[in-house]
Amino acid sequence: MSLSSQQSQLWQRLAIATPYLWLLAFFLVPFAIILKISLADPIIAQPPFTAAFDDAGKLSVTLDSFAFLLTDKLYAITYLRSVAIAAIATLLCLALGFPMAYGIARARVEIRSLLLLLIVLPFWISFLLRVYAWMGLMNNRGVINNFLLWLGVIERPLQILYTDFAIFVGLTYSYLPFMILPLYATLERMDLDLVEAAQDLGASSTRAFWDITWPLARAGVVAGCLLVFIPAMGEYVIPYLLGGPESLLIGRVLFDEFFVNRDWPLASAVAVVLLLLLVVPIVLLQRSQAHDAGDGA
Amino acid sequence: MKRHSRFVISALAFGYAFLYVPLVLVIVYSFNDSRIATVWGGFSTRWYGELLRNEQVLDAAFLSVRVAFTSATFATILGTMAGFALARFRRFRGRTLFTGMITSPMVMPEVITGLSLLLLFVTLQQLVGWPGQRGFSTITIAHTTFSMAYVAVIVQSRLSGMDESLEEAAMDLGGRPLRVVFDITLPLIAPAMVAGWLLAFTLSLDDLVIASFVSGPGSSTLPMYIFSKVKLGVSPDINALATLIIVFVSAGVVIAWLATRRAMRKTG
Repeated sequence: MSLSSQQSQLWQRLAIATPYLWLLAFFLVPFAIILKISLADPIIAQPPFTAAFDDAGKLSVTLDSFAFLLTDKLYAITYLRSVAIAAIATLLCLALGFPMAYGIARARVEIRSLLLLLIVLPFWISFLLRVYAWMGLMNNRGVINNFLLWLGVIERPLQILYTDFAIFVGLTYSYLPFMILPLYATLERMDLDLVEAAQDLGASSTRAFWDITWPLARAGVVAGCLLVFIPAMGEYVIPYLLGGPESLLIGRVLFDEFFVNRDWPLASAVAVVLLLLLVVPIVLLQRSQAHDAGDGA
Repeated sequence: MKRHSRFVISALAFGYAFLYVPLVLVIVYSFNDSRIATVWGGFSTRWYGELLRNEQVLDAAFLSVRVAFTSATFATILGTMAGFALARFRRFRGRTLFTGMITSPMVMPEVITGLSLLLLFVTLQQLVGWPGQRGFSTITIAHTTFSMAYVAVIVQSRLSGMDESLEEAAMDLGGRPLRVVFDITLPLIAPAMVAGWLLAFTLSLDDLVIASFVSGPGSSTLPMYIFSKVKLGVSPDINALATLIIVFVSAGVVIAWLATRRAMRKTG
């Protein structure tokens, strides 16, 4: 074997093995550990759970944490609420994001990149501070209430902050760019002549939209919806800062089980179930992205 | 081209207002003299002064920048390798698992990533005694892991958009593979690496949830400090801090945008 091809092989192995090992150690193994601890019993000790093998070397696992999740209605309700809230926020992002992406994709080329920049820019600015900005807006003495009072529409401040409505606003606001970018990518590639041909043949613009534009944009719709839905499911900051104390979402429950109640096995079980709920959307997303990459090549 | 319908125009106007009005209001209220953040009490820059004298903020900002700088650098090295492997080596054992592990951290809910890494660190500490203290090193490892995915995707898309003929030509001319990588491939993907580094840096500066899990007592990043304050409600010095961040980030992004536009006009 020549020196050159030996070097080539070495480089190839190095380029694959280094990130591979890193991800195994810091991404895959941690999941195995979550699974392991979700099968342990909580105890008062450091760390606060029982070992997988007892002193005699016998395997000691328990499904107590999962059984507790299933029997206590609170958790089922919280999971369902999280799914519902993430789904509604996804639809809101789609309803606002689709016409925006459409408008950007059809804008003149010179201003298109500026419009896109304005979509991406908030993404670079701190997520936490952008959520915080809404606290000042939706406060009882905040800008929205002051404005409505000044208009005379209301006589007393509305409770906007610390409600589910505020959670929807925060989720839509934070995840809107994730919806617009994939939608824009598919709409921009779409052949406009098709829509015009349909209209020339007598289709109304509504009909042309549902028969031509919508089906052709489906890949972008699917990717955008998944990119919003998946992270919204586990959201912690937005429900904490904008939602009411009684509006429990699963991300916050996990955080509190771990840090407040110090029940590590239960927190791990909450994470495992959340992950199970997300396996299907995550696999769908990876398929749609692999499909996209295949198109490009 | 057909003109925009009124519906699309109003969606655009509403959407951009929705994205930017909250940020503008934070900037306006950061110059508010009143201690009650939502009542206007005259123009003042006092909150900026208080911010710069607040040692907790400065310490947290310093830790955040150190973590962001280190993790962005590691993420760029590892992510470039991963992006290279994905774009150039079509087949190798475990490619499916590799692709899955690259893309999953980007969408994984932060509470799960944070919890899983903390449990890993606790387990390691039991087994090998490391990490003795959680802080800079553990946050850096966590941030490297999720941001290398973004670098990998950026580098991969740059590489697959680029034909291999230049690299092949250099090989045909007798260039050693490693030299080809350093002389031809790396300069070509340098813009993607810079973009990846900047994104990794920003993501690290921005992260609250994962850092809250993997940091130990006594080490607070800037977002952790901000969160601990805004939990209690709106506060004027956070408005000032937010304004500084909004202005710096926007200026940086706009400058980068103008620079790439000019570069693209020159070459294209």
